[in-house]
Amino acid sequence: MADIATQSDQVAGDSSRPGPFRRLFLHNLSAKIAAIPMVATVLIIFVGCTIWTVYYSFTNSRLLPRNDFVGFDQYERLFATSRWNVSITNLLLYGSMSLVLTLTLGFLLAVLMDQKVRFESAFRTIMLYPFALSFIVTGLVWQWIMNPTLGLQGTMRGLGWAGFTFDWISNPRMVLFALLIAGLWQGVGFCMILMLAGLRGVDEEIWKAARVDGIPTWRTYISVVLPMMRGVLVTAVVIIGSGIVRLYDLVVALTNGGPGISSEVPAKYVYDYMFGGGNIGQGLAASTMMLLTVLIIMVPWAYLEFGGKGRRS
Amino acid sequence: MSQTATMSGAPASAPIPEAGPRGPKPKPFFTPKRIIIYTTLVFFSLYFLFPLYIMVVTSMKTMPEIRFGNIFALPSALNFDAWGRAWTSACTGLTCNGLSPGFWNSVKITIPSTIVSIFIAAVNGYALVNWRFKGSEIFFSILIFGSFIPYQVMLYPLVMITREMGIFGTLPAVILIHTIFGMPILTLLFRNYFASLPQELFKAARVDGAGFWRIFFEIMLPMSLPIFVVALILQVTGIWNDFLFGVVFAGTQNLPMTVQLNNIVNSAQGTPEYNVNMAATVLTGLVPLIIYFVSGKLFVRGVAAGAVKG
Repeated sequence: MADIATQSDQVAGDSSRPGPFRRLFLHNLSAKIAAIPMVATVLIIFVGCTIWTVYYSFTNSRLLPRNDFVGFDQYERLFATSRWNVSITNLLLYGSMSLVLTLTLGFLLAVLMDQKVRFESAFRTIMLYPFALSFIVTGLVWQWIMNPTLGLQGTMRGLGWAGFTFDWISNPRMVLFALLIAGLWQGVGFCMILMLAGLRGVDEEIWKAARVDGIPTWRTYISVVLPMMRGVLVTAVVIIGSGIVRLYDLVVALTNGGPGISSEVPAKYVYDYMFGGGNIGQGLAASTMMLLTVLIIMVPWAYLEFGGKGRRS
Repeated sequence: MSQTATMSGAPASAPIPEAGPRGPKPKPFFTPKRIIIYTTLVFFSLYFLFPLYIMVVTSMKTMPEIRFGNIFALPSALNFDAWGRAWTSACTGLTCNGLSPGFWNSVKITIPSTIVSIFIAAVNGYALVNWRFKGSEIFFSILIFGSFIPYQVMLYPLVMITREMGIFGTLPAVILIHTIFGMPILTLLFRNYFASLPQELFKAARVDGAGFWRIFFEIMLPMSLPIFVVALILQVTGIWNDFLFGVVFAGTQNLPMTVQLNNIVNSAQGTPEYNVNMAATVLTGLVPLIIYFVSGKLFVRGVAAGAVKG
């Protein structure tokens, strides 16, 4: 590629500049200098730091990283810690509910928006604006709304509905649903936008054919359109899934892991052990487990996307 | 056109005998189906709007109003006292300077991070499209794959690296971190954009003897204004909303607004002032919200960019 370009270049302009070798060298040099940040990021940060973390998760590092190998000790300790087990259970429960609901609601809303509704752009603006806000803002607003004494519960009781209960953020059994309400509020609009783009990409001919065959609309959506949107669906799953694994700010703002440890998540465990608990080995082992989780989500996707027939969706 | 409109417009009312008058059938507006659609959309819109309403309304109430009134009620008067207090004197548990230092820290973090990250990503995209070198596509693939690695995995080594460089706990550290983690998505954005430009332009410039930087600054940059705007929106909102990198790398002097806000609400001592809390929350959300409402469709393009793989 570059060879051809430089050759034609040599022919075109070697009267104006010094020797072709020098110029060839210089041209390559500036392109390579320009690529240094990217190459460095890839090699040092994405590859290097990840390997470093996995490597040191097998050591006995406490306040500072130490090269003292202890095998799987950190992992054994990790899975013997109730806080970690609560964290992964929470991630699993919250993650599956959040993924399913985000996708379902996102798809449902996209289908509704695709019915040639009036004020489509107004609806879209309303549904997507929470996505522009940070998780901290999201968490704090919902924390106030769910405040048991002065929030929604207090108001409803004050209005005479004495049995109204909405104490989810202070109830260990329900706190995950509190997180879910806030998380869905922030993320469903984005999923809807993705799905809507997918729906708009479906050929009108498909709809005509389905109509000629007398297939009901809902059936067409589920059995014809949805499989055709595979690419968008997979992308949505990967983006939403890796967002869920990272879940941190929202928990810090909404519940800070409470009540007790009932809404702890892995990302918070990692942070607290690395920067608060002075137990780096634990933090690194926990973050390696997070990496593993992401790989479990990513590998099938990468396989579908790049491993198949090199086909693009 | 009108035919396709009826097609997907009312697929439920399927078998219409086509013998009658031609042209699209005038539909009554209030079919049961329409009513269900609009009711559902309005219901969800209320769910999405409710917190915004509560946030704004609460921020204008006085504490007695909050304590004895209900959460839905409008404030008795347009009262911005709580906003003033949130801005200048709300306490974070350590200091009582309000949100304003956090706001300025966020500005100091966001502006350079946005500029540096976008510039580097634009150069990356340009090099990836027009100056491919051996392995450039592999680096790009790892870059994209790397964007899915949880930040927590790279966090501690990055702390060590920035400490070695002597910038840990300062603004340059946060800027560096934002540049690194903004790189995958921005590079993707620019790469796809530059790939869509006609290659003849680049070739003609090469034939005329222009070099790497000259082509970049004089030909590519002037043509990439739209994608710059998308990248700008993406980065400004993303960096403004960041919490983790700010809290880890910025140092106590430079904590961004989100961290300050969380400290005001969650670690302040004494009786919580919900009106001040909500005013602070609105203030923190205001910057991305303004960007969102002003930029409209470009914001959608920005967030969807992650989904459009090249």
